[in-house]
Amino acid sequence: MRRLADLYERLDQTTSTNAKVEALTRYFQEAPPEDAAWALYFLTGQKLKRLLTTKLLVGWTQELTGIPDWLFAEVYASVGDLAEVIALLLDNLERPSAPEELPLSLWLTQRLMPLRALDVTAQREQVVSWWRSMPRREVFLLNKMLTGELRVGVSSTLVVRALAKVAGLPAPDVAHRLMGTWTPSKEFFQQLVSPDVSDGHHSRPYPFYLASPLEQPPESLGDLSEWLVEWKWDGIRGQLIHRRGDVYLWSRGEELITDRFPEITDAAKALPEGTVLDGEVLAYEDGKPLPFARLQRRIGRQKLTPRVLAEAPAAFIAYDLLEQDGQDLRALPLRERRERLAALLKHHPAFPLSPAVEASSWEALAHTRSEARERNVEGFMLKRSSSAYLTGRKRGDWWKWKIDPFTVDAVLLYAHPGHGRRSSLYTDYTFAVWNGTDLLPVTKAYSGLTDEEIGRLDRWIRAHTREKFGPVRSVEPEQVFELHFEGIQKSPRHKSGVALRFPRIARWRTDKKPGDADSLDSLKELLHAGA
Amino acid sequence: MDASVSFQARRPLVTVTPHGLYCEPGGFHIDPWRPVERALITHAHGDHARSGHQRYLGTRAGEALLRRRVGADSHIDTLEYGESLKLGDVTVSFHPAGHVLGSAQVRLEHQGEVWVVSGDYKRAADPTCAPFEVVRCHTFITEATFGLPIFRWDDAREVAEDMLRWWDANRAVGRSAVLFCYALGKAQRILAELARLTDRTAFIHGALHGLVEAYRGAGVKMLPTQLVSEVEKGTSFAGALVLAPPSAGGSTWMRRFGEAETGFASGWMRVRGNRRRRGFDRGFVLSDHADWPALLRTVADTGAERVLTTHGSAEPLARYLREQGVDASPLATPFEGEAED
Repeated sequence: MRRLADLYERLDQTTSTNAKVEALTRYFQEAPPEDAAWALYFLTGQKLKRLLTTKLLVGWTQELTGIPDWLFAEVYASVGDLAEVIALLLDNLERPSAPEELPLSLWLTQRLMPLRALDVTAQREQVVSWWRSMPRREVFLLNKMLTGELRVGVSSTLVVRALAKVAGLPAPDVAHRLMGTWTPSKEFFQQLVSPDVSDGHHSRPYPFYLASPLEQPPESLGDLSEWLVEWKWDGIRGQLIHRRGDVYLWSRGEELITDRFPEITDAAKALPEGTVLDGEVLAYEDGKPLPFARLQRRIGRQKLTPRVLAEAPAAFIAYDLLEQDGQDLRALPLRERRERLAALLKHHPAFPLSPAVEASSWEALAHTRSEARERNVEGFMLKRSSSAYLTGRKRGDWWKWKIDPFTVDAVLLYAHPGHGRRSSLYTDYTFAVWNGTDLLPVTKAYSGLTDEEIGRLDRWIRAHTREKFGPVRSVEPEQVFELHFEGIQKSPRHKSGVALRFPRIARWRTDKKPGDADSLDSLKELLHAGA
Repeated sequence: MDASVSFQARRPLVTVTPHGLYCEPGGFHIDPWRPVERALITHAHGDHARSGHQRYLGTRAGEALLRRRVGADSHIDTLEYGESLKLGDVTVSFHPAGHVLGSAQVRLEHQGEVWVVSGDYKRAADPTCAPFEVVRCHTFITEATFGLPIFRWDDAREVAEDMLRWWDANRAVGRSAVLFCYALGKAQRILAELARLTDRTAFIHGALHGLVEAYRGAGVKMLPTQLVSEVEKGTSFAGALVLAPPSAGGSTWMRRFGEAETGFASGWMRVRGNRRRRGFDRGFVLSDHADWPALLRTVADTGAERVLTTHGSAEPLARYLREQGVDASPLATPFEGEAED
């Protein structure tokens, strides 16, 4: 328990992610595996089934401290965290017994779990005797466990990074081992950080091959006939695996999303064993992709009710075959992988093949590209027909040729300081457009300016602040920026009624006056233009 | 106090007026917030010592700090701690409050009735100022900045050891450690506590400089200090401890420290959320105010029949005291929000 308290303190006492990973790594290396397993259980956001009601804990605290109800409520309002309030109030308890150290796993299995079986009097006796024997920071952690809400404030990505360091393995391998349900035990943790990769679980996907943005004219790529052109689908890139009777759907973010798309994973059981498809999960209806916003509705849901499934039906559009009959095909030329894929999918109409876009010339292709928005796609993918399936973002064979973004000229209205190395600079901006004679905030944007421009704008913001609200400053509405974005949708949650997708700053339009900025009406017209 | 004498029926010796606390039979105000003829000042913090009064009366020990605050040519009279002076019908004297250098409680005696206005105070040891003195009284006006039972302070020496460990840990990895703290009182207390543990030089923000010098002038032993602004441009602050007022946080001034960890020394850091909300890496719980047990103990020590509470958690403290059988009520003052500490 003390070691966990040390870890908690270290994580809590830094805002640096590197320092957090370092603290986690040290903990996982030093803690006995059975304790590390339990720490991991909490670090990954898992909770114990409730052991006690908070009402009991509050009652015992009041009995021990003589704090009346109204004062407890007053204190709780000023602290906002029950476990912390109790730890702070109990800080002056007589602590007759010297702190006794018990490993975390034993705390859980021998002390906390058995609490459920006790009656209230015995529960009280137990908990109070622990409170009396522990220093404040451990009382705080104990309370967190008792109330079932031990959140540590580190992302699972950081936890995985630390575990990967301990195991000496790539992070995805560790992430895979963490997938699914597991019991916190010595064996589990040892297997998790074992450098032995022969466990090669059949759930494991291949690393994704990523395309680079096309910045040069497409003609520079040479003869169009050497290229496979596909629509760039606006969904979730995924790998669909059917091996040894099990189906796994992985997102590009190394996240297992099998359960999120039952219609896809059910259909995948019909694929031959030893098949791995690369493709895109889309909201899809009547043979056509739906806007990304529909898919988003699906992603945000905790429960997949029949209504949700009907509102945003999903499909997996396949564009590559990475494994067939258990054989890794990645070294084959794309042309051949695609032939095999087409042949395979003939028998599996549930998986549409991402069609090749035919055009006679690059110029004709550019013309076809203008249909992209109506088709709810983001542009083209250009893949060299002879290309192998590489790992990561390797330039040369795969390009994404996106349609030009939407633009809007907007006025800077608010500024907020950034994080990390930008924490003393105003780098987060809120922009507004005209709504009648008022400027109405429509979007925030963070990126797009050079360091030099950020510095200049920071000085301007400080010199032209109207009001401060905590860290936020409102500024004189004078500076106009050209923003780019990929889409726009209705949003009742925003005052403007619209939300922009991927907004970023394209240019600081020092040549423009606030009066030259766009209006909300002109933005809303884009809603109907298939944006 | 003599229980047979009750002053409850009399007019209160101190009342709240638009100008601040007023003692009518004495013809003076205490820590007034609007300009008055005669102001008794408990200590030199900005929310207690304001400029623009015609005549000031404060402690001898606090005179230099008071002058810095309200202007060099202000009319300031002083008294030693314990020395008394008759103002109108009232005998006044100052008694150490242990808050900052020169801080005082004000004792008022009028026709046998004694009131004490605590100003800000603490009971914990502080190498930079005279320790709090218990003054028996009939009515005690106490501050209540930290008047909730969650506020309990650890020994300042332990806190200083923590700070040194933090400084050393950052030093070991070549980072600077920027510790925010209030410029008057807290900064000097930290420098004095650290001086017991090390003799390394600390860097200070310009806002602290004159105050640190004033404390040195009063004979307070502190770490050697160097002004950040006097360091040659481009010099690395790796491994340095820098003390700065909280207002310097997030300013362009911070950029020169490169990779830095930030800390804040304040009683408010007792609550984790306060630190996280303000984005500090470390919070050091170090306060120049009385914590909950000290407030209760002090109320008992004064023997007061009647307690008036002000600042911070005035309401809950008064209610709690009432439930313990003390005649207590909050004193309405216009100070709202989180006090500096």
